[in-house]
Amino acid sequence: MTTEIAPRDVTPPPLQAPTAKEKKYDRQLRLWAASGQRALEDSHVLLIVGDEYQGSNSSVAGVEALKNLVLPSVGSFTIADSAQVTVSDLGVNFFLDSDSLHKSRAEETRRLLSELNPDVTGHAITTPLAEWLPVEGSLKPYNLIIACAPIPSEILQRICFYALQSSIPAIYVQSAGFYASFSIQLPSAFPIVDTHPDPESTQDLRLLAPWPELDAAVDSLGDISSLPDHDHGHIPYILILLYFLREWKANHNGNSPSTFKEKTEFRDLVRSRARVDNPEGGEENFDEACAAVLKSITPPPIDSGCKEMMAMHLCTSLSSDSANFWVIANAIKQFYETHGVLPLPGSLPDMKATSAEYIKLQSLYKAKARSDVAEVTTTVRHTESLLSRETTIPESEIEAFCRNASHVRVLTNPAHEPFPSLRLGSGDHKTISRIASLLENDWEALLPVFVGLNARANPSSPLDVTALTSDPELLETLTKATAEVERVSGGELHNISSVIGGMVAQEAIKLLTRQYVPVDGTCVFDGIRSKSGVYKI
Amino acid sequence: MSIPISSLLTNGSATPARERWTYLDRVLSTTSPYAGEEFVPGEETIDALESSRVLVIGAGGLGCEILKNLALSGFKDIHVIDMDTIDVSNLNRQFLFRESDVGKSKAEVAAAFVEQRVPGVKITPYNGKIQDKDEEYYMQFKLVICGLDSIEARRWINATLVDMVDMGNPESLKPLIDGGTEGFKGQARVILPTLTSCIECQLSMHAPRAAVPLCTLATIPRQPQHCIEWAHIIAWEEHRKGETLDTDDPEHITWLYNTALARAKEFNIPGVTYSLTQGVVKNIIPAIASTNAIIAAACCNEALKIATSCAPFLENYMMYTGDSNDSGLYTYTFAAEKKDDCPVCGNLSQDITIDPEMRLEEFLASLAERAEAQLKKPSIRTEAKTLYVQAPKSLEEQTRPNLSKKMKDLVSDGEEVGVAEAAFQISFKFRLVFGK
Repeated sequence: MTTEIAPRDVTPPPLQAPTAKEKKYDRQLRLWAASGQRALEDSHVLLIVGDEYQGSNSSVAGVEALKNLVLPSVGSFTIADSAQVTVSDLGVNFFLDSDSLHKSRAEETRRLLSELNPDVTGHAITTPLAEWLPVEGSLKPYNLIIACAPIPSEILQRICFYALQSSIPAIYVQSAGFYASFSIQLPSAFPIVDTHPDPESTQDLRLLAPWPELDAAVDSLGDISSLPDHDHGHIPYILILLYFLREWKANHNGNSPSTFKEKTEFRDLVRSRARVDNPEGGEENFDEACAAVLKSITPPPIDSGCKEMMAMHLCTSLSSDSANFWVIANAIKQFYETHGVLPLPGSLPDMKATSAEYIKLQSLYKAKARSDVAEVTTTVRHTESLLSRETTIPESEIEAFCRNASHVRVLTNPAHEPFPSLRLGSGDHKTISRIASLLENDWEALLPVFVGLNARANPSSPLDVTALTSDPELLETLTKATAEVERVSGGELHNISSVIGGMVAQEAIKLLTRQYVPVDGTCVFDGIRSKSGVYKI
Repeated sequence: MSIPISSLLTNGSATPARERWTYLDRVLSTTSPYAGEEFVPGEETIDALESSRVLVIGAGGLGCEILKNLALSGFKDIHVIDMDTIDVSNLNRQFLFRESDVGKSKAEVAAAFVEQRVPGVKITPYNGKIQDKDEEYYMQFKLVICGLDSIEARRWINATLVDMVDMGNPESLKPLIDGGTEGFKGQARVILPTLTSCIECQLSMHAPRAAVPLCTLATIPRQPQHCIEWAHIIAWEEHRKGETLDTDDPEHITWLYNTALARAKEFNIPGVTYSLTQGVVKNIIPAIASTNAIIAAACCNEALKIATSCAPFLENYMMYTGDSNDSGLYTYTFAAEKKDDCPVCGNLSQDITIDPEMRLEEFLASLAERAEAQLKKPSIRTEAKTLYVQAPKSLEEQTRPNLSKKMKDLVSDGEEVGVAEAAFQISFKFRLVFGK
């Protein structure tokens, strides 16, 4: 070992010692990294509580959601709530104290939430919604709106319309007794590059489409049967598989193993070449190779989300003001059309190998990934000049896109549909028939929770559940769910609002950081059965 | 069945003292078709709730939420145990703590905060370990809620509560509600000790990460993690022998980081950073406020249901995934099975297949990684003889020669052994079956 060890008394300070901020947010930076944190800190979230007094108006769910955004340091928040604090608020809302009684609920919750994090700025709007909301530009400061039910349909419509028009997401939260729900209204297109796919499902090793340098690495192995035991036992499993694929193809008319049966036969071939007469009685690298056959001997992956993206109009017809995302997406599409594969992500799993051999192979993958990024970048630059775009897209953005190209997703709201609660309140037939058809396959029976919470979406005419089904058993379920909501008259249970507030905050973080995949539709939580479900209503 | 809505609503207004609890009382004072038969809406149930003494284990990310939730669910007599002090990296989620609290006891600060915010609730903190307390102490509670990050502590309280059950005394059965989170994921579970699947029955669902073989660390490192583990396990021992590594000491972490970095340079391995060094050495699990909020509230919802019977409680496991690439989020609620061969609550010994040629030493080391055992410093005996014990020293020395013997020379095929570890009061029963 030649590694030099720093003697204790001269341990130099680390070049990358964490800052105070990195220390405080360490546990979340490990999830969404500095880029996600920056996006969060650049955000301003608006929480709107309806004016019509009905129990606690889901205000606890809203405040709990805000708590979970203030702690990780959302930039700013504003609470719009015209109510005054009542004694019953004190028994359900943790961000009020005895001094808060009869004061503005917006102002008091703002005060106690602000205590949680000095890095965050809080504001309160105490005038009724009907007064400030219609004013021109009233919603301009915000890039996410969380609305607490019930909100009169006229106001809710305005919120939905504004959010769609300015391409920001909005969330509608409902919580009463044991039941809660939230719906997300997405902009017409919501692209996500960093979807954080499961690392197990994302390997792209190109075993069936090796590029020349990878092929050359297999050539350089020579005849492996003549290698000494140590070298034979340290060939990285990827090279083992590529080596035997050549042999297989030579005996199978140039075809690779494709069916399950062929792959197991191929695995047997690999296994039969492992040396067992060595002191260990086997070879770990061959074990790894065998274990990887079924998963890795596949054509280079491309997710359906990425295919959908490439077919979208926004991807195929660029304009000078297309978002960066679409300019890169278009270049990726051209790359795919030229090569039949996406840019290589370039990451390599750990495997049995000597340090030097592993690093060599790793560099091979990285070099190929870099050259693919360079090609995509050339296309992007060409497009930029064709469209006479004024700013150039940062290289880091192109690189991040290439690294996760297969798993990029674009969620859409093509028909500009507002929250289902709003559509239901206005008696929209399409929404009612959609609920009716969803109920037919609702095995977990969670949709009745949503029906119950929205039975009075239109206060002047309660929902007729017989319009949703003719099945007597289901009708009874719907009636019971409605009664379960009625018996609490808009009163929240703290635990249930805290569950739904937590879920809403997770979604808000995904929407604001543009990382992970948000719920596309409506989520319900049934606190009686401790179950949740997601529906596209 | 149809329910006349009017009959469900409470009439008249609450007394001034109860007015604070208007919304909770709507649930506890009206009937619901979903409530169990034993549910008695009204005063009796509310009194039972208020007189239930409950124990919260852990005052960290989950614990802070749990204390808030219990106080706002009408519980009045809460105890909380935590041995930790507040660190700056807690502040992104442990919302009962402020920067000025850094260094103070978590249990004490959390208890005082919630008591002050919610008048009428009494919270008794204990700044110490759960192992300091005996059965008599645990017997005083109606139920126990855990918000822990340590598997060891969960296994300890689980074994203790199982052991406390006296079939002749129903009061001795203390429901255990357990929450856990990692990043955007988590789980909430309800355990009725001896009656339903326990933490030990479910141990293999939370398998430990496979350790990197020492020879990889020593001779063929490939990943930045290998270099850090090398600095942590091998270099420290060599260069700072006798000094106890304190993963909270910045000088220690910096030394490990520099050492790992030098090794990585030597092998051309990219990616060693200070943050990764900390993560590997301290085994840091990402944690965020929102996930803790979801899991803690799901747990407290079960506590309220168990204490009042106002709705059926969870049977028995809710898995939560907030980072699904398919649906955004999903939950999976199911009944985990009670195992007859559970070493804690089962009455059969558990089969373990071993290679008879294996040495005792290797077998004991393998117990740490086996998902169903996860024992790090085990002692082992057969019915007839002691094979190896970790302590006291004299016994350890006496049994040490067995470590190098082969299993086939120590036990027979199918023989039952007892494995004990100082961290738990119970002994695990395994039946050793010869195989490969």
